[in-house]
Amino acid sequence: MEKKWEEMTPEERQEELIGKWLSAGGVEFASPEAEKLYKDRITRIKDAIQMKKLPDRVPIFLCPSFYPAYYAGITPQEAMYDYDKCCMAFKKFITDFEPDGNLGAYVPGPGKLFEILDYKLYSWPGHGVAPEQSYQCNEGEYMMADEYDALIDDPSNFFSNTYLPRVFGALEGFKALPMLPGILEMYGVAMNFIPFGLPPVQATYKALFEAGAEALKWMGAMGGFNAEITAAGFPMIAAGFTKAPFDVVGDTLRGSRGIMVDMYRQPDKLLEAMDRLTPLMIKMGVGTAQVAGHPIIFMPLHKGADGFLSDEQFKKFYWPTFRKVMMGLIDQGIVPMPAAEGHWTTRLDVVQDLPKGKTLWMIDQSDIVKAKKTLGKVACLFGNVPSDLLVVGAPTQVKDYVKKLIDTCAKGGGFIVSNGAFFDQAKPENLHAIVDTAMEYGVYK
Amino acid sequence: MAENLVETLADLKEKEALKIVEDRLNAGEDPLAILGDARKALETVGNRFADGKYFIPDLVYSGEILKAITEMVKPKMSKEAETKRLGKVVIGTVAGDIHDIGKDIVVFMLDVNGFEVTDLGVDVPAEKFVSAIKESGAPIVGLSGFLTLAYDSMKETIEAIKKAGLRDKVKVMIGGGQITEEIRKYAGADAYGGDAIAGVSLAKKWIGAG
Repeated sequence: MEKKWEEMTPEERQEELIGKWLSAGGVEFASPEAEKLYKDRITRIKDAIQMKKLPDRVPIFLCPSFYPAYYAGITPQEAMYDYDKCCMAFKKFITDFEPDGNLGAYVPGPGKLFEILDYKLYSWPGHGVAPEQSYQCNEGEYMMADEYDALIDDPSNFFSNTYLPRVFGALEGFKALPMLPGILEMYGVAMNFIPFGLPPVQATYKALFEAGAEALKWMGAMGGFNAEITAAGFPMIAAGFTKAPFDVVGDTLRGSRGIMVDMYRQPDKLLEAMDRLTPLMIKMGVGTAQVAGHPIIFMPLHKGADGFLSDEQFKKFYWPTFRKVMMGLIDQGIVPMPAAEGHWTTRLDVVQDLPKGKTLWMIDQSDIVKAKKTLGKVACLFGNVPSDLLVVGAPTQVKDYVKKLIDTCAKGGGFIVSNGAFFDQAKPENLHAIVDTAMEYGVYK
Repeated sequence: MAENLVETLADLKEKEALKIVEDRLNAGEDPLAILGDARKALETVGNRFADGKYFIPDLVYSGEILKAITEMVKPKMSKEAETKRLGKVVIGTVAGDIHDIGKDIVVFMLDVNGFEVTDLGVDVPAEKFVSAIKESGAPIVGLSGFLTLAYDSMKETIEAIKKAGLRDKVKVMIGGGQITEEIRKYAGADAYGGDAIAGVSLAKKWIGAG
């Protein structure tokens, strides 16, 4: 009899999720060759992650931001508003460069949806930045210094009634939502439903209906894209994302300046808030992985980079809850995929405190030799081909760089060749140079 | 007592520093002397950052404390503080890029180190840099950018400065997350700085104050 999920070990759960990923959710492959390519690619990636046996060769990832749009000759604005064009561009990118792992076509997102919601957290093409540029975050204090108690007390209520109306103009009506646990018995029910009769709240719900319809439309396009690209033999490497609690607070709630000052002025509140957010961030990753039937959850890392915190601050504020989130995911068979954007060289000694073969790290500009000797002993690493090289370098330079990377990091497995930071620009010949060099030079004998 | 404020603020002891300021103001001391000490303290903060003892949060927090001190001192000041200025710098995040955190820290550190900074903000078109250089006569220009698209904007900005006949009148430094020596060459800048203090050192070197 098959074991129930609750009875499985984390290892068995990981195998179960990888099995689901391999089964491709019932997608019919374009050809037997495509099916073989798909399964070989996943097996290669799996072997690199688990570090138990050597893959047949070093796997290859390419992780773009808006590059596929530029490459296909469309603007980021078109990619955000015309979902078919977006899928066309990302399909062209994946089929032209043929990486073992890709990130789907999710980067641009649905521009119309953001418009309906009057999203203020970002400026996007045609809304604050030019049509030919990528969207960018408008950092600010979307949670005030004195609102920690409200967040800690009831995160869901803080998000619905305070945070969401601040970042989405169309959700203004949420400010008037009742406290749901107050709806207890017949007496008092009516009072709690009064907000839904008020015009601002009704306007918000009208916007929500529209937004929901648009989100479905976009997801339909993405679902079609995923099936098509899978059928062609190209696996996607992440099911969704979650975040380190320090980044949850520092990126889009308190902002960089806010959280930095809070570490001095109200450290205990900050720590308490991050503890409160930790199980929620685990739930977020587990839920997505379960629905998608996919083992990998992406974790973009921001405020823990070198220099953004002292060593002591990193150990006290960033690492404990970040590690807890990863361990919570690992327990549920998930492979967390943190992207250490920028430089993380001084953090490597700390973050290597992880079980072996359970995580997959994107390394950007950190000292890769040191990364391999520390974190690389317990975790599969990918990345490090620098953005500037992709833009201004020559293919021979890229080739040399990738060769050296393979020499330094691929021995013994646990390494995947990839660019280091999500990129908008690159010379196509430089991307080909990454792939070709890894194909040729990365075979394990 | 004077040394006390310098030390306390440099050690980022906010409450104690504000108390000293309050006491000194109550004792009728010259507000300018207090601000002078605060600046001295911030120089120490910058030095500790350069030595690897302090990190970005320390710079940001010291700026917050300075803000609080300035607010306390301002009402007691009869005239605007006339601090000796080392030189002028025009700075901004280049066209297409709206990231401001790194740029703001550089502006702040240049300011506390005695530079007169014209901060053009974010997403600054090349022409705006050119006219600001003309208006201010600043000999130093700082271009900030976080995205790879900033590579081209930096290059175009420096070309526009050249076209306006100003290239030999200014030194240009660039900085930001994905900026390297390769990009310095590509953009045609004179130097790049890895952090805010590197930017201050470059500026000081260029005006012969380093």
